Amino acid sequence: RPPEDREEVRRRLMGLIEGNRVMIFSKSYCPYSTRVKELFSSLGIGCNILELDQIDDGANVQEVLSEISNQKTVPNIFVNKVHVGGCDRTFQAHQNGLLQKLLQEDSAYDYDLIVIGGGSGGLACAKEAAILGKKVMVLDFVVPSPQGTSWGLGGTCVNVGCIPKKLMHQAALLGQALHDSRKFGWEYNQHVRHSWETMIEAVQNHIGSLNWGYRLSLREKSVAYVNSYGEFVEHHKIKATNRKGQETCYTAAKFVIATGERPRYLGIQGDKEYCITSDDLFSLPHCPGKTLVVGASYVALECAGFLAGLGLEVTVMVRSVLLRGFDQEMAEKVGSYMEQHGVKFLRKFVPVMVQQLEKGSPGKLKVSAKSTEGPETIEGIYNTLLIFVISDPCTRKIGLEKIGVKINEKNGKIPVNDVEQTNVPYVFAIGDVLEGKPELTPVAIQAGKLLARRLFGAASEKCDYVNIPTAVFTPLEYGCCGLSEEKAVEAYKKENLEVFHSFFWPLEWTLAGRDNNTCYAKIICNKLDHDRIIGLHILGPNAGEVTQGFAAAMKCGLTKQQLDDTIGIHPTCGEVFTALEITKSSGLDITQKGC
Amino acid sequence: MAAALRGPGARFRWRQLASAGGARGAARGAAGQWDYDLLVIGGGSGGLACAKEAAQLGRKVAVVDYVEPSPRGTRWGLGGTCVNVGCIPKKLMHQAALLGGMIQDARHYGWEVAQPISHNWRKMAEAVQNHVKSLNWGHRVQLQDRKVKYFNIKASFVNEHTVCGITKDGKETLLSADNIVIATGGRPRYPTHIEGALEYGITSDDIFWLKESPGKTLVVGASYVALECAGFLTGIGLDTTVMMRSIPLRGFDQQMSALVTEHMMSHGTRFLRGRTATRVRRLPAGRLQVTWEDCVSGREDTDTFDTILWAIGRVPETKSLNLEKSGVKTSPISQKILVDSQDATSVPHIYAIGDVAEGRPELTPTAIMAGKFLAQRIFGQSLTLMDYDSVPTTVFTPLEYGCMGLSEEEAVARHGQEHVEVYHAYYKPLEFMVPGRDASQCYIKMVCLREPPQLVLGLHFLGPNAGEVTQGFALGIRCGASYAQVMRTVGIHPTCSEEVVRLRISKRSGLDPTVTGC
Repeated sequence: RPPEDREEVRRRLMGLIEGNRVMIFSKSYCPYSTRVKELFSSLGIGCNILELDQIDDGANVQEVLSEISNQKTVPNIFVNKVHVGGCDRTFQAHQNGLLQKLLQEDSAYDYDLIVIGGGSGGLACAKEAAILGKKVMVLDFVVPSPQGTSWGLGGTCVNVGCIPKKLMHQAALLGQALHDSRKFGWEYNQHVRHSWETMIEAVQNHIGSLNWGYRLSLREKSVAYVNSYGEFVEHHKIKATNRKGQETCYTAAKFVIATGERPRYLGIQGDKEYCITSDDLFSLPHCPGKTLVVGASYVALECAGFLAGLGLEVTVMVRSVLLRGFDQEMAEKVGSYMEQHGVKFLRKFVPVMVQQLEKGSPGKLKVSAKSTEGPETIEGIYNTLLIFVISDPCTRKIGLEKIGVKINEKNGKIPVNDVEQTNVPYVFAIGDVLEGKPELTPVAIQAGKLLARRLFGAASEKCDYVNIPTAVFTPLEYGCCGLSEEKAVEAYKKENLEVFHSFFWPLEWTLAGRDNNTCYAKIICNKLDHDRIIGLHILGPNAGEVTQGFAAAMKCGLTKQQLDDTIGIHPTCGEVFTALEITKSSGLDITQKGC
Repeated sequence: MAAALRGPGARFRWRQLASAGGARGAARGAAGQWDYDLLVIGGGSGGLACAKEAAQLGRKVAVVDYVEPSPRGTRWGLGGTCVNVGCIPKKLMHQAALLGGMIQDARHYGWEVAQPISHNWRKMAEAVQNHVKSLNWGHRVQLQDRKVKYFNIKASFVNEHTVCGITKDGKETLLSADNIVIATGGRPRYPTHIEGALEYGITSDDIFWLKESPGKTLVVGASYVALECAGFLTGIGLDTTVMMRSIPLRGFDQQMSALVTEHMMSHGTRFLRGRTATRVRRLPAGRLQVTWEDCVSGREDTDTFDTILWAIGRVPETKSLNLEKSGVKTSPISQKILVDSQDATSVPHIYAIGDVAEGRPELTPTAIMAGKFLAQRIFGQSLTLMDYDSVPTTVFTPLEYGCMGLSEEEAVARHGQEHVEVYHAYYKPLEFMVPGRDASQCYIKMVCLREPPQLVLGLHFLGPNAGEVTQGFALGIRCGASYAQVMRTVGIHPTCSEEVVRLRISKRSGLDPTVTGC
């Protein structure tokens, strides 16, 4: 059968599905089809029925239908454009209220859904809702940083987070690659300089193309995008203020808050005037020069790492621990690798004052800091002060109090139940504004998509916040999934755990003469549950790429035995996990000697 | 344990138990009857792993290893193919080629590298060779540490318990053992029927040990070795041509294989397809003139090269072993040693592992694991059988190809088109964006059963760091991951591997599989 013909059938079917509130594909003799028809008539709901056994090309229609719905059998039911399933699924949906929800139409409002915040989570949610046939609006507005930096659609990840950070990390890795390349036989002039301006231009060009891509994809999916600041004024009603101060009000049946977070300043003399944050760094028009990084969150260490990798003099001032919340053994190893590669650490100090000594690009700043343990104070002179202490959720100036959405007064985060619902039933929240949830792009995306499917589709799957993998792109990358050793001990007690670990030496590092016994892998197993792996940590090149697959395996309940039974891919770093033999408790030597 | 239960039946397990008991009996009752509890012939990855494991279990173990020089006279130390003329030097030279790409990328990231940029083969080769030598040394030390006796002798069977070894200068030693493991691996095949092939050609046995750059090179063959070598030679700036008779990467997923060669072509490797070499002649100036024939038209053509590299397959090292004396049977077709699921040959106390054994994947980690398990079984420590199914592997072509489980063709053949769902995506690695690298071959596909929960049958990944990406997923697939479970895994952003957990488009849907946006 020619493909044009199939396309025609597909168009016809989509027309039926989109044009009818309830569309049933059935066969006249099928008892299950009859039951479904009776259900809808008992509910007093009119439905359109296509009897596949009574049309000429029924078999063909059924085939195309199975492509559309991934269901081969009849009856095949669509309600308000959403595929419900067959007879059993429809009755199930009727029993658990899903069907009634699908049948409802809230036409009293301008929109079915308004999403506040055009970051990864918000956009994913909006697009998914639009795919499900809903009328959706996204409000996104970037309040400029104190240094005047502003950016386009896409939120933190795209503009001032993961994307520019990983690109600059890559720039630093390439610096290392240049260094390595000589050992691998490449010859060129020794004198290699890095141009900050070239890098920033390239990174910003890429970000610009992503911003544009997001606008395009919203348009394609018919999501209304308004570049205005959203603020609730009353129930179901939001006021949008644009750059020129013009106000417009919109109403919607449901709202999703996905406003994310912004960096907080220190609140000391001189900080807002002279210091920058991650909001500014990635578009900084001039090289930051000698830099003091304040804070030891993963973003702080990542930035310190790539700045040092680009050849700058970098100092990190840390109040207490590195990478709070991450496995501390790994965190310390991340730190010590950075220290060995030229990053200075000032531990247990906090800045108290910043003064400008000279203006310029960059200028010269004098920083005074005091010890967290005693009266000691120190001073230092830097070109740039980069602050990563904490981020504040953007929840206090969006009128939540007007409609009674509760926030945690201390940290501004929004508490939600397991379906991302706030205390106001029609208002939901996803992403970094959530209380007690990981602040990661893919988590927000997953949560946003699933939320839209639950709200507007025939789905009930919730976002699973357990065993979420992540990677820290410090000079030596750190990937992890599951629990840190500390958390594992807290949850399962030390005696019920077995920790396996090993150093490893990536093959590519050997020739390049890079440090042996630096890359490190460990897994934490629960002895009471078949040595199931509850934490997996790796420090080494491409840690993110390595960790992802193992995270998928952990979703399937990975045990140590299965790990041992798996054959390694040689020669890679990932294969280290298939050959972990030494337990931490044995105290045996894990330094590497041979292949 | 799970692997043992999956084994092909109780018959083997019963025999294995009996033989384990027998081994214990021999050690206790007939101590001193044999020189060693275990003799391993071949000091490659599998043999060494087996020997070390047996020694760890307190057994008296010897390893004999001898490298017959290649026809070009290349020889090397302990460690076998992987360490000396396989994975290790190959991946290092692949890395050298990748670094060449990175030097180009670096400009776009702000690094100001002055032209000209050139590559010095001699320097690279020396560094690679030094590393390999340090590994040879490491293997020697490890054997010593574990009290495994090592003999650098060429072994052949005298009878089923005794082996005669000859040193380089002709001295003979007799070694006897209760159990013998043959792990002699294989060596590259020469197309001896082609005039000049043996005299003027080299193989993968030589390429990594060349002191001087091979120059303009013709690689003959379409195996992964052929493509990997051609890839890194092109990458370090050499004029490289691949000549193949039929399809690339036989046995691998053909859609992926086609993308691999397409990528190589777009990066400067020339391909002569459907051609076979007919003769090689040496020109007065020392260059090589290669003549080939078009398989269809029969038309001849010719070109000159500095080096011709044969990569047309490998032959097992069984000829010099004098196997008839031991009673060990080989396949008349492949010359490989016939083995059962216990890795035992036709003689119960003689085993074969690694590339020399019939029907085994020719992969280092497989041989290592098989060697370990075998030692544990021989000496009664476990019953675990090696599971040779769904072994993950990676081809280190310029764009790396990692795979695990079934190819699409194989899945369709086993389960039928109707029951297979393939999810796929063309993606663009973030790092490619800034330097504007072409990502048209960065592609992933996951082959699943169509019926829910859609068990994953195979995963194929083409892109940077494919080995690293594939490893973890291989595990997931072994654990019986379903498509749904993989999709429920949260991605790590921004990586290439997250594209695997975002595969939404099925081939059947006919929708565009190009990933757009974040």
